[in-house]
Amino acid sequence: MSPQPLLAIEDLSVELATERGPLRAVSGVNLSLAPSRSLGIVGESGSGKTMLSRAVLRLLPANAKVTGAARFEGRDLFLLPREALRRLRGRELAVVFQDPMTSLNPVLSVGGQIAEALREHLGLGPRAAMARAVALLAEVGIPEPERRARQYPHQLSGGMRQRVAIAIALSCEPRLLIADEPTTALDVTVQAQILDLLARERQMRQMAMILITHDLGIVAGRTDEVAVMYAGRIVERAPTRALFKEMRSPYAEALMAAIPKLRAAPHTRLAAIGGAPPDPTRLPRGCAFSPRCRYARERCRAEAPALAGETGDHAYACWFPLPDQSEA
Amino acid sequence: MAALDAVETAAPARRRHGLGVVFWTAVLWLALVFALALLADLLPLADPARQALLARRVPPGAAHLLGTDALGRDILARVIYGARASLGIGLLAPLIATLIGATLGMLAGYFRGAIEILTIGATDVLLAFPPLVLALAIVAYLGQSVPNVIAVLAVLTVPAVTRVARAATLVLRERDFVTAAQALGASPARVLLREILPNVMLPLGAYFLLLVAVIIVAESILSFLGLGVPPPAPSWGSMIAEGRDSLDVAPHIAFIPAGIMFLTVLAFNLVGDTLRAITDPRHAP
Repeated sequence: MSPQPLLAIEDLSVELATERGPLRAVSGVNLSLAPSRSLGIVGESGSGKTMLSRAVLRLLPANAKVTGAARFEGRDLFLLPREALRRLRGRELAVVFQDPMTSLNPVLSVGGQIAEALREHLGLGPRAAMARAVALLAEVGIPEPERRARQYPHQLSGGMRQRVAIAIALSCEPRLLIADEPTTALDVTVQAQILDLLARERQMRQMAMILITHDLGIVAGRTDEVAVMYAGRIVERAPTRALFKEMRSPYAEALMAAIPKLRAAPHTRLAAIGGAPPDPTRLPRGCAFSPRCRYARERCRAEAPALAGETGDHAYACWFPLPDQSEA
Repeated sequence: MAALDAVETAAPARRRHGLGVVFWTAVLWLALVFALALLADLLPLADPARQALLARRVPPGAAHLLGTDALGRDILARVIYGARASLGIGLLAPLIATLIGATLGMLAGYFRGAIEILTIGATDVLLAFPPLVLALAIVAYLGQSVPNVIAVLAVLTVPAVTRVARAATLVLRERDFVTAAQALGASPARVLLREILPNVMLPLGAYFLLLVAVIIVAESILSFLGLGVPPPAPSWGSMIAEGRDSLDVAPHIAFIPAGIMFLTVLAFNLVGDTLRAITDPRHAP
C-alpha cells in the first residue's frame, strides 16, 4: 500500500431523515485515494455517489446524519472546525458540479468569479487576481480570454461554462478535485473535450481526482481506479484496467452490458437492467441487487455480502462472483 | 379571426423593439418632475408661500399658468415645490426601508433558525397593525416634521421588503452556485455579499420603484389629514386638502395636484412593473 493516502474514507454512512423514515444514502463505504491518482465512482441515479462526494465536502443537507470518517491528509474532515474547513475547501479540495448552467452566479462576470477564489485563498489583489483569472481561462481552452472574462455566464455556451467552472476549481491548485458528473449536462460532442481537459490538468498538476459518473464509458481509460456503487454501497472496486478485463460482480457486468455496442447489428435490443433500484428507505435484507440479479440465490436474499477480494486490489461484494476468467 | 391574428403577431414584434412607448413616456414624465423639483430654486417661479388675497382662486391663465389657490398662492410654484416634499419622502422612506429590510431578510433567509423566527415574527406583528392608523398615531405623538414622516413610512415599509428579500434569499441559497461558492471556501459574509446580494438586488430594485409610488400616496394621505409635511411648505397631499373647500367654485385647486400625483404614481408603477418583468427569473435568458 502507498505511504499515506490523500483521502481515506472509513466506514462512511449517510442517513437522511425523510418523511418515509430514514434513508440510507451511503452505507459503510471504505475508499482510499493516493496523491495524484484518480478514482472513478460509477453508479445509477440514486446509488449514493453524489451523497458520498457531498459528505466528503461537508455540503450535505441539514437533515443528513453522517457517521464514519473521511481523512484528508490525515485530518478528519468531519471533526475539522468550520474555519479550517473553509480554508481547506477551494484551496486543497475543489469541486466541479454537474450543471454549469446553475453552478455559476448569473449576475457576476466569469472573470470576477474566478478572481473571487484567488482573492479569498491566495490573498491576491484585485488586479493580480483578474490577470490570473484570464490566464486560467486561456489554460482551460477558452479563446479570447480577456473578452470572455468580462462576460456573464448566459453569454457562454454550456461547454464554455463548464470550462469556467473547471478554471474556478483549479484556480488555487487544489490537491484533490471532485468532479460530480461534470459532463452529464453537456452535449455529447463537448463531453470528450471536457474530460480530456480534466485528465490533462490532472496530469500536469499532479492532482488527485474523483470522477463521479453514471457512465462506465467515461471512466474507461481516464481514471486509475474504479469503484462501482449500488444502493449506497460499493459493490466492486478495482484498477480500471482490471475491472474492464473481468468484472466479478453481476451488477458491474450488467452495467457494462447496458452500454450500447457499436459493433452490434442494427435494431439490436439494448440490454437494460430489469427492474428499478430498490427503495432506499426499504432496502432488502440481503444483497441490495438480489431482486434484479439473474444469478441471485437463496443466500443473496438472506445476507448482505461484504466488500472483499482474494487478489489485493480487486474487491467485490458478492457471494457468487462471476468466474475469474484470467485464471481459467 | 383576422383581428386576432393581428394582435398575436403584433405583441412579440413590439416586445422586440424594446420597452415600448408607454415605458419611455413614463420615464420622461418622471425625469421632468425630478428636474423641476431639483431646479425649483433656479426657475422663475413665484414664491410658493406668498399669499395674494386679491388674486384668489384665479383659474389657469397667462398670469398664473396653473392658477392660484384659495389664498392666492401660485399653484405651479406650489406643485413644483410640493414635488420636492413628495418625491423626497417618496424616495427616502423606501430607500431606508430597503436597506433595513434587505439586510434583515437576507440574514433570515440565509441563516434560518432563530434569526428567521425573530425577524418574521417581528414583521408579522408590524403587518398586523393597520398602517395608516399607526402612522397617524406615531406622527401625532412624535410631532409633525419631515424626518418623522420619513421614519414612520420607512418603518411601515420594512416588513414588506424583508419578506421579499427573505423569499428571494430562500430560493437563492439552494442554488448550485451558492453551494459551489461554499464548496470553494467562501465565508457566509462573502456568500451573502457576493453571491446572494447581487441576485436579490434585481427584484428589490423593481420592488423599490413600486414602493415609491405607494409611499407618495401614503405621504399625501398623511398630508391630507394634516399630519404630513408641516405647513406652509406645500406637498401634493396638503394641496388637495386645501382645495377641497373650493371644489365647487375652483376645482382646479384640488385637481391639478391630484392629477400630477396620479401621473407620477402611475409612472413609477409602470417603470417598476416593466423592470420587474425584465428581472423576473422566469423571463431571464
